[in-house]
Amino acid sequence: MTTATSNPQAGRDRASDKQLWIHAYRQMVRIRLFEEQVNELYTRALMPGLAHLYSGEEAVAVGVCEALRLEDYITSTHRGHGHCLAKGASPDRMFAELLGKEAGYCRGKGGSMHIADPATGNLGANAIVGGSVGIATGAAFAAKRLGNGRVAVCFFGEGALGQGSLYEVMNLAQLWKLPVLYVCENNLYNEYTHYTETTAGTILGRARAFGLEATVVDGQDVRAVRDAALRLVTRARAGEGPGFLEADTYRYSGHHVGDINREYYRSKQEEHYWKSERDPIQLHAHWLMKQGCADRDSLDQIAVEARAEMVEAVKFAMAAPYPSTHQVEEDVYA
Amino acid sequence: MPERELTFAQAVREALAEEMRHDPRVCIFGEDVAEAGTPFKVLSGLVEEFGPERLIDTPISEAGFTGIAVGAAMTGLRPVVDIMFGDFVTLAMDQMVNQAAKIHYMSGGHWRVPMVLRTTLGATRRSAAQHSQSLHAWFSHIPGLKVVLPSTPYDAKGLLKAAIRDENPVVFFEDKMMYKLKGPVPAEDYAIPLGVAEVKRSGDDITLVATSSMVQVALGAANLLEKQSISAEVIDPRTTWPLDEAAILASAKKTSRVIVLDEGYGRYGVASEIAAVIAEGAFYDLDAPVKRMGAMQVPIPFSPPLEDATVPTEETVCAAARAMCKHQL
Ligand SMILES: Cc1ncc(C[n+]2csc(CCOP(=O)(O)OP(=O)(O)O)c2C)c(N)n1
Repeated sequence: MTTATSNPQAGRDRASDKQLWIHAYRQMVRIRLFEEQVNELYTRALMPGLAHLYSGEEAVAVGVCEALRLEDYITSTHRGHGHCLAKGASPDRMFAELLGKEAGYCRGKGGSMHIADPATGNLGANAIVGGSVGIATGAAFAAKRLGNGRVAVCFFGEGALGQGSLYEVMNLAQLWKLPVLYVCENNLYNEYTHYTETTAGTILGRARAFGLEATVVDGQDVRAVRDAALRLVTRARAGEGPGFLEADTYRYSGHHVGDINREYYRSKQEEHYWKSERDPIQLHAHWLMKQGCADRDSLDQIAVEARAEMVEAVKFAMAAPYPSTHQVEEDVYA
Repeated sequence: MPERELTFAQAVREALAEEMRHDPRVCIFGEDVAEAGTPFKVLSGLVEEFGPERLIDTPISEAGFTGIAVGAAMTGLRPVVDIMFGDFVTLAMDQMVNQAAKIHYMSGGHWRVPMVLRTTLGATRRSAAQHSQSLHAWFSHIPGLKVVLPSTPYDAKGLLKAAIRDENPVVFFEDKMMYKLKGPVPAEDYAIPLGVAEVKRSGDDITLVATSSMVQVALGAANLLEKQSISAEVIDPRTTWPLDEAAILASAKKTSRVIVLDEGYGRYGVASEIAAVIAEGAFYDLDAPVKRMGAMQVPIPFSPPLEDATVPTEETVCAAARAMCKHQL
């Protein structure tokens, strides 16, 4: 098994590199602070329903999306806020959607698990585990057929490895050399069950069986994720076939915001280890400072700005009106 | 000049060919759709004109290629998915019900899924329980999908063209026993709007609302009834969603007796839904309770005498209609 590691000196010019990695830092912080507000809204009973937080996994969405163009497609999951933000969605309309407001990305009809946004190539988050593997592969099919040079990225948790349709579409993607990248976010747990209890053989072995170019990467290292994704996206875009990226990561919170007592399926020590030793934001901050790309103050400033942005976004969403009930029958058909 | 006649299968093929000719976005996904032209030979010859790029042979992966069609429809193509036997739609159900049907609504109208899923229905082909079902009710149940049930070659061509041009996911059911049925089909371009029923035969004493395969059965029954001085009207909704309730109710009110014929299971089925529409909308004009006739509530058996007993026939429909009209005539 090859593990890609980041190589910041890999021939890119330093100035644009610095911008890229600071931007990646900002994006990760924005996602973290977005989720902080989501949890707050839930705890204060201001948000209808539940949400699945992405905290701890930020380097995966950000690393992958930094390898994409605006017009490239993504499909996302029930744990999708990070993907949407990393692809360019704006927090105010996302919060509005989470609160079921008309100003939301889906006019309040989708909620946390269904944010979709054509302007940023977001084909939609999906609440069916593995539900978007066909959609992403189909978008890659259309991109190839129309010759528009786009790539489609399909984000899914390792739980989706249990869905047969994934294997159907990987087979097709390889047969037809489609520009698609399957990103398996392995956060170790399918809901409340460790993935080793549900997954025979190896993860990469499954993709390689179909001839996909498959790599595992440290999902807490945003530079490693970005480099690995860029390589696979570039090949896919050049018509060399689909890729598969396993990103090893960890979710800090419960499966959803209401999953508080978790010790029956994972230990506090384990959670502590990931949060203190393997935090993608801290790891990247250290690297940025060590490289002289940033100092503590400038990184703190990024967090201050991001927090203010999220607070404003929540305010916007709270003040936004609900859709009027006559809209319930709109949009069933195009 | 005599009217041109085509078989039902030729009409389907002509609709596909014409739409593919004038819209390069239309492509067909399915098992053995290219050189083989499907086991029913409905697509024979298309690959010669349009090439394997547009008649895309897939592995036996119904969920996979239906899902791919959903994504391709969202991003600029107009796919037509071929599911060989209607029974196999179970494999693609998540893609149609949870994905295709909901994407436009869930996204607040931002994404569209203009695709068609073509498949078959109908028993009496001696194909047994896993190749004989009529599962159109399942899709008719789901908001976001449209469901089309052509009953003549003319309707097959016009409705399929409308389905391909529609901006929504449309499920198109072809009765596999009807592929060889011949009927007039104009060579020119025409589309039949989805949601418009047609009176296939006018009558005064009883209405037979019939879909797909049951339209021919109803017409045959109407001929038998005529010999017994009962005048039957046959009305074909042509689409179960959108459903032309107004036309069905108008016929029910005119004749005051209705039998609904549909080859799916009556239990929680299309016939039940149409019967409910009539009961709600024409109750005070009726002289008898609405009757439903459909497949028996059994898996379709193989043995010919058993299988034949499971579907309504001209004779059983005729007998039911006579019984309903008895007191009046
Ligand atoms: C088809 C399907 N089965 C079950 C569920 C219920 N469910 C929601 S999330 C989840 C676990 C998913 O695990 P994984 O894919 O690893 O994603 P993660 O939550 O870890 O990000 C399950 C079983 C579902 N949404 N869809």
